[in-house]
Amino acid sequence: MSEKKVKRREFIFTATYAVGAVGVGATVWPLIDQMNPDASVKALASTEVDVSNVEKGQSITVLWRGKPVFIRRRTDEEIAEARDVNLEELKHPEKDEDRAKDPEWLVMLGVCTHLGCVPLGDKGEYGGWFCPCHGSHYDTSGRIRKGPAPTNMEVPKYEFVNSNTIKIG
Amino acid sequence: MKKFIIFFFFLTTLFSNSTISFSAEKAAEPMSPGWSFKGFFGTFDRASLQRGYQVYTEVCASCHSMKHLSYRNLSQPGGPEFSEEQVKIIASQFEVRDGPNDDGEMFDRPARPSDNFVSPYANDKEATAANGGAYPPDMSVLVKARKGGADYIYSLLLGYEEPPEGISLDDGVYYNKYMAGNKIKMSNPLSEGIVEYADGTNATEEQMARDVTTFLSWAAEPHLEERHKIGFRAIIYLIIITILVYFSMKKIWSRVESEV
Amino acid sequence: MSDHEYTPSSKFGKWFNDRLPLLTLGKHLTDYPTPKNLNYWWTFGGILTFCLITQIVTGLILAMHYVAHADLAFGSVEHIMRNVNYGWLIRYVHANGASMFFLAVYIHIFRSLYYGSYKSPREIIWILGMIIYILMMAAAFMGYVLPWGQMSFWGATVITNLFSAIPLVGESIVTWLWGGYSVDNPTLTRFFSLHYLIPFLILGLVVLHIWALHVPGNNNPIGIDLKKPSKDTVPFHPYIVIKDLFALLIFLIVFAFFVFYSPNILGHADNYIEANPMVTPAHIVPEWYLLPFYAILRSVPDKLLGVIAMFGALFILVILPWLDTSKTRSAVFRPLYKQFYWFLVADVLILGYVGAMPAEGIYLLVARVATAYYFAHFLIILPILSKKEKVLDVPLSITEPVLGGSVSASVVRERKDKL
Repeated sequence: MSEKKVKRREFIFTATYAVGAVGVGATVWPLIDQMNPDASVKALASTEVDVSNVEKGQSITVLWRGKPVFIRRRTDEEIAEARDVNLEELKHPEKDEDRAKDPEWLVMLGVCTHLGCVPLGDKGEYGGWFCPCHGSHYDTSGRIRKGPAPTNMEVPKYEFVNSNTIKIG
Repeated sequence: MKKFIIFFFFLTTLFSNSTISFSAEKAAEPMSPGWSFKGFFGTFDRASLQRGYQVYTEVCASCHSMKHLSYRNLSQPGGPEFSEEQVKIIASQFEVRDGPNDDGEMFDRPARPSDNFVSPYANDKEATAANGGAYPPDMSVLVKARKGGADYIYSLLLGYEEPPEGISLDDGVYYNKYMAGNKIKMSNPLSEGIVEYADGTNATEEQMARDVTTFLSWAAEPHLEERHKIGFRAIIYLIIITILVYFSMKKIWSRVESEV
Repeated sequence: MSDHEYTPSSKFGKWFNDRLPLLTLGKHLTDYPTPKNLNYWWTFGGILTFCLITQIVTGLILAMHYVAHADLAFGSVEHIMRNVNYGWLIRYVHANGASMFFLAVYIHIFRSLYYGSYKSPREIIWILGMIIYILMMAAAFMGYVLPWGQMSFWGATVITNLFSAIPLVGESIVTWLWGGYSVDNPTLTRFFSLHYLIPFLILGLVVLHIWALHVPGNNNPIGIDLKKPSKDTVPFHPYIVIKDLFALLIFLIVFAFFVFYSPNILGHADNYIEANPMVTPAHIVPEWYLLPFYAILRSVPDKLLGVIAMFGALFILVILPWLDTSKTRSAVFRPLYKQFYWFLVADVLILGYVGAMPAEGIYLLVARVATAYYFAHFLIILPILSKKEKVLDVPLSITEPVLGGSVSASVVRERKDKL
């Protein structure tokens, strides 16, 4: 077998394998992608909440992507308390200004970062939330102060689309 | 010769046999006006889809639901492609029942893009009762649910005529050339100018029939364009890989000494 | 099988193979001696395996999104078609895949009929194949019910009602099948469960089918026994693997045309109407691949006899190796049998056609004649041929053109062209 023949023989097989691999990949991708969120789920990926009836010092809880979201209209005392905290004391240091751009409004996922229970509002030693499952205490900015939770309650992407409406997600 | 005679007798029985009939009167073969979305490279005419949506909403939606479609479908690629802003406005014009709220009550609210098309009636029984005992079918997949598809729907819409001699119609029954049995309980829904098209197109019966049929065809097959696109690539790919495999096969089999 | 001598090259391979001889199995499948004169009608076994895997994979994905409840099923299929990523593609592949599966199985069966692959010593392979075929029809029937369209519902009603023809216990059996007093939600949920189960039963039977095949080895177009391995055979890999792959790709091109350009042409428009127990469609028809049996069923005016005729038509195929006992396998060397084979093919196509027509007038007459001919073929013609047919001389091997002494090499070549 001459060298040229050997090279050509290998070429046709290599070419077939390469083109074949592309086809296999293109076939497999839809089989995997179908498990990703479908169009109807993605349509509910963001939700708009009317907050015109929320008074100062009042919280509401809404469902977003299947999870509870706490929306709290904070009093001036709560805001001051949150801003006053020394970051060194925090297990998960975050400035209140970074968590609530408009200090009056605190929007965060009401899911304890320890093992996922829903913390109770107006409870706990830090004026914020208390998780009854394993005793995590959160402050008026939703930051973990005491207990097993590793991080602060998550702040999702949100914005005020007008003065009465928050769009989450 | 004898075989031929017997065969001919068979043929005459075949053609003269009057016991075969699928319906009392014969529905005419649907017209074939030609559609932009048929064929290997078929796509929907966006403007026609938008006009068709207008016809559906203003003429058909008072009786016909389209419950499997969602308002957000109106802005997705491959369809009428209204903008997301337009779709928000379109949706908000409809009221949707939601709830229960924190007081345990059901309430109405404006529809959002994520909601499905609001139905004109609460349920099929109400729809049937309100339409003289004939249920106006849901239109989500109507084009696929009728033999003849788009051609049939289009023809039906333009097929209203005076009944021929000797055919009498009950109250609320109309004569249609293309309907199976020729009798239909829907009156002619289209008349010249019944809709004023937002894009200024002249709303003749033929134009509206064409536009709403195009819209219904998209509603039944919203992924048609993507399907055609992927299909084209898939078949080209298969042809290429078949050729490569063919030559690989020849190469391998050349090792076997040729037969006698 | 004397492959115990095979030793894997890697240490891990040897360790593993000593405990579970998968590598030995792999070597057997790779080296498996296959007749080198197999034509393309032999590629459909591989195509069928591909079809089974495709149906299982697309099916289990659909099951992630489908809801098996009478109120929600139709809507869930629309949800798949509209919302699930590539849902429309997976659904159309599954629905058209069923048709392609049957197209392949009919070609596979008719290959077997032509070349005598059902004859001794391959009777068990044939019977296993028949069981697989019956299970395929059961799975397809139940799968068609799941979208809960008009044809789903009424097809289920008609076919389950057949069992009421059984004397004494018929009605109870039908109620038991339905789980109620008509086809309704309990029927749908159990059909879903069984539809999910059957393909795995088929998978097991396919393993047995191939295992049984590997004992005598493949039949071949001239139907003679071959020494394996020999100059008449090639190792399965790469020769047959590449040929099966080529045939599969051609098959896939046909499949792709259906899926991407005419995905609903083999179906029935009425199945896009939600099931309505109060309204019966004008013409209830099963999917095309069940039409011949439907025609046989309807050609007998008596309900019970019609059911017996339909199952009889299947059963007769099962016992075929004992109806056609001719020692010559391949139709290539059986000129009379070859003629009647083509008549049978025409007969089955005619049965399929009239099965789609209303059971009246000329269609009913033709169905009756075709049904009678079908039974006559197996019960009368084949046994007579087995005894009386004058067969042509059969070559002694593939590569050697030497026949049983009386025919020249040029005649051999001429015959080979006709294969």
